[in-house]
Amino acid sequence: MNWLSEYVRPKIRTLLGRREIPDHLWHQCPSCQQMIFERDLERGLKVCPHCGHHMRASAAERLAWTLDDGGTRIELPKVPADPLRFRDTKRYADRLKEAREKTHLPDALLVAHGTIAGHKAVVAAMAFEFMGGSMGAAVGEGILAAAQLAVLQAAPLIVYTASGGARMQEGAISLMQMPRTVIATRLVKEAGLPFISVLTDPTTGGVTASFAMLGDIQIAEPGALIGFAGARVIEQTVREKLPEGFQRAEYLLAHGILDAVVPRPEMKATLARLISLLTLKDAA
Amino acid sequence: MRHFLDFEKSIAELESKIDELRRMSEADGINIAEEVARLTEKADRQLRTTYARLSPWQKAQVARHPERPRATDYLAALITEFTPLAGDRACADDAAVLGGLGRFRGRAVLAIGTERGNDTESRVRHNFGMSRPEGYRKARRLIELAGRFGLPVLTFVDTSGAFPGIEAEARGQAEAIARAIEACLEAPVPIIATIIGEGGSGGAIALAAGDVVLMLEHAIYSVISPEGCASILWRDAGEAQAAAEALKLTADDLKRLELIDQVIAEPLGGAHRDRESVLLAVAEAIAEALPPLLALEPVALKARRREKFLAMGRLAPV
Repeated sequence: MNWLSEYVRPKIRTLLGRREIPDHLWHQCPSCQQMIFERDLERGLKVCPHCGHHMRASAAERLAWTLDDGGTRIELPKVPADPLRFRDTKRYADRLKEAREKTHLPDALLVAHGTIAGHKAVVAAMAFEFMGGSMGAAVGEGILAAAQLAVLQAAPLIVYTASGGARMQEGAISLMQMPRTVIATRLVKEAGLPFISVLTDPTTGGVTASFAMLGDIQIAEPGALIGFAGARVIEQTVREKLPEGFQRAEYLLAHGILDAVVPRPEMKATLARLISLLTLKDAA
Repeated sequence: MRHFLDFEKSIAELESKIDELRRMSEADGINIAEEVARLTEKADRQLRTTYARLSPWQKAQVARHPERPRATDYLAALITEFTPLAGDRACADDAAVLGGLGRFRGRAVLAIGTERGNDTESRVRHNFGMSRPEGYRKARRLIELAGRFGLPVLTFVDTSGAFPGIEAEARGQAEAIARAIEACLEAPVPIIATIIGEGGSGGAIALAAGDVVLMLEHAIYSVISPEGCASILWRDAGEAQAAAEALKLTADDLKRLELIDQVIAEPLGGAHRDRESVLLAVAEAIAEALPPLLALEPVALKARRREKFLAMGRLAPV
């Protein structure tokens, strides 16, 4: 290495604003409370190197971790914003604006296409960081767009789910995203393409009770909370203590609801293998 | 004794006065016809003005009125030769969802209803209309059966939602709902859903993804109950009234948003005041909606149903 690259380039990089991961930053694992280097956390796909706890990941990270070179993001169809002019303690329009400013996302879903270890695929990732990943018309329309793109490209559809459920501020319009996204899964299946649902922490409510549970294959990340009703609602209704590990990925696996629980570092290879096995009949 | 809602207090007073006068006249032979007529007219007028401008929260109370006709009443009144069919073939029979074969005005149909019960014993038996996965799996099985034999499906929806329970989750409540929605969307036969009381969230859409969705004038249909919404967004269940307004859960709102197809007018003072007429109105609406659907080939019918749901929410409401 010469003098120029060693001493000058890093400074230029700084000037250009390239984001270097600072190695002096520590994070605490919310599960085992141990300290983790930021750099180790990023390299380990946000899985605690001490206890294996899977921390929540953003939609952008999902796409980056799954598609070769991050794939190509597509712009999702626009939908009428705030159709009910909903207002609780705050206007929905303002909540949307804040969420957009905070996350730099248009809504709670990102869709990209590309390849997964060489196999073409369309990947949709829900953004829990955007209003709790709640599903309104934008998310529903985005899932439909992803399904249509998969059909057009004759590619499998992979959806990473992460959602608190329906976007209440869109009232019954959000409820109608349940049948609408079910139609999306049908489009993919009717084209003879695999639909793989990857359930991540947390996936609840109307998202679980629609497209998320209709995968040809259903995989979850370890420890992910997955269910229909919220734990608090269930506790209040049945007045019983919830069993250990209730609504966690491993609990669902034991109850026959999932095909597999796959750790994040193995997810990409698993998806690639599944796509290959489902679509390449003879790999010789 | 008739059950009166909070906002019906003045009407309740008038009606009890009328009853009292009638009893007196029977006992004493006093002719009070004129007075009774005057009070009756007054009560009707009040009922008319009250019910003409019910708030969404008041409608929620009417929709949940304990004397409101239930799914069982519709099945009994509209379906002849009703032959109940039970079970999900895997785990249990869920009494929150009733279903069976029968005839609607002579035509063989499959009818499904969520039943909440009308007294303590029946409410417990039907789990207050809150289905477990077995109920949705039974519905799916029956819809598929109807498809195999070319029978139209009529559903009567009245539920606060799917049951939030430990076993319900363990047996795949979410999957059961998703599959029921899929069964509705995939059916090669007409599906007419009627929201007769409360259309509660996923538990309702599971049986209401139909070609035609009818809704009674004072029924409600929502992604979450007003109470649930208030406790999450306002952090105060007491704000249910404001949440009911904001959610746009009335039949008129949903028609305006083009999420349902038709509003069925209720008799003066709500369905519970004249059960016969509301049962007939629903029957008439179904009888009118069915023939055009029966004229369609299964492929066209399914395509039309999909297009209907795909169009929802795409245009800004007026």
